[in-house]
Amino acid sequence: MSGSNAHNQLVDGIDTSDLSDTIFLKELRRQMVKFATLQLSNAEAAEDAVQEALMGAMKNAKSFAGHAALKTWVFAILRNKIADVLRQKQRLVEASNLLSDEEENEDFTELFNNKGYWHRDERPASWGNPHEALHQNQFWKIFEVCLEKLPGHQARVFMMKEFIELDAKEICTTVGISNTNLNVMLHRSRLRLRECLENTWFIKECAT
Amino acid sequence: MMNCYEATRLISESQERDLSVSEKVTLRVHILMCTGCKNFSVQIPFLGQAMRAFANYRSEDEDEGKE
Repeated sequence: MSGSNAHNQLVDGIDTSDLSDTIFLKELRRQMVKFATLQLSNAEAAEDAVQEALMGAMKNAKSFAGHAALKTWVFAILRNKIADVLRQKQRLVEASNLLSDEEENEDFTELFNNKGYWHRDERPASWGNPHEALHQNQFWKIFEVCLEKLPGHQARVFMMKEFIELDAKEICTTVGISNTNLNVMLHRSRLRLRECLENTWFIKECAT
Repeated sequence: MMNCYEATRLISESQERDLSVSEKVTLRVHILMCTGCKNFSVQIPFLGQAMRAFANYRSEDEDEGKE
């Protein structure tokens, strides 16, 4: 906790002229590269996309009041860039790769019993009002950690669907998988992400 | 009766497509009797919302703190 407070003070203490604010920019860039790398599974292409998005942002930097507006906008540009790259590069990942990855992670017996019902202690608990979490820095750190824990392809497909907001058809063509495969992967990523958030965030929140 | 694995699969798919009437009915019956899947059905749409809000985090808090 003290670490994040220190970070905030540091950022707050600086006269923020956004893109000339190196700490803010560094952190923003780090997040963008991480996101783009996960999506494009190619460090070079990711750097290029981030660079282009930032350059686009520089042009209009003055018209943005505050970090939040700028960040939202930079990520919107990045999201479009990534969507373009993904659409151009069809069959980015070999279908066979995806399937073997799927098979490796076939095992959900830790969540469900052999009849397919929740194990008693794995049954999803109530999260109260989860939207309150969206305003807490600590929650986002945990969210990022949980996202990183997903098997690589699952995280990518989940982000394509829910963050880049490509539709199912586009994801299937881009990644080279069937609709059934896509559904299986999304189901699994949601099971895992949900469980991780519950164990590392929501159960603790409710207990206090 | 539909089991929890199947129910969570349908809940997940409902984020991508409209479920058929019979799917909706079986799912609803299951959720009536299963608190775990009932909670799951609220949490899954939230995961999507959180993912979309991801890009704005932290900076929002910083700006709120300043005002």
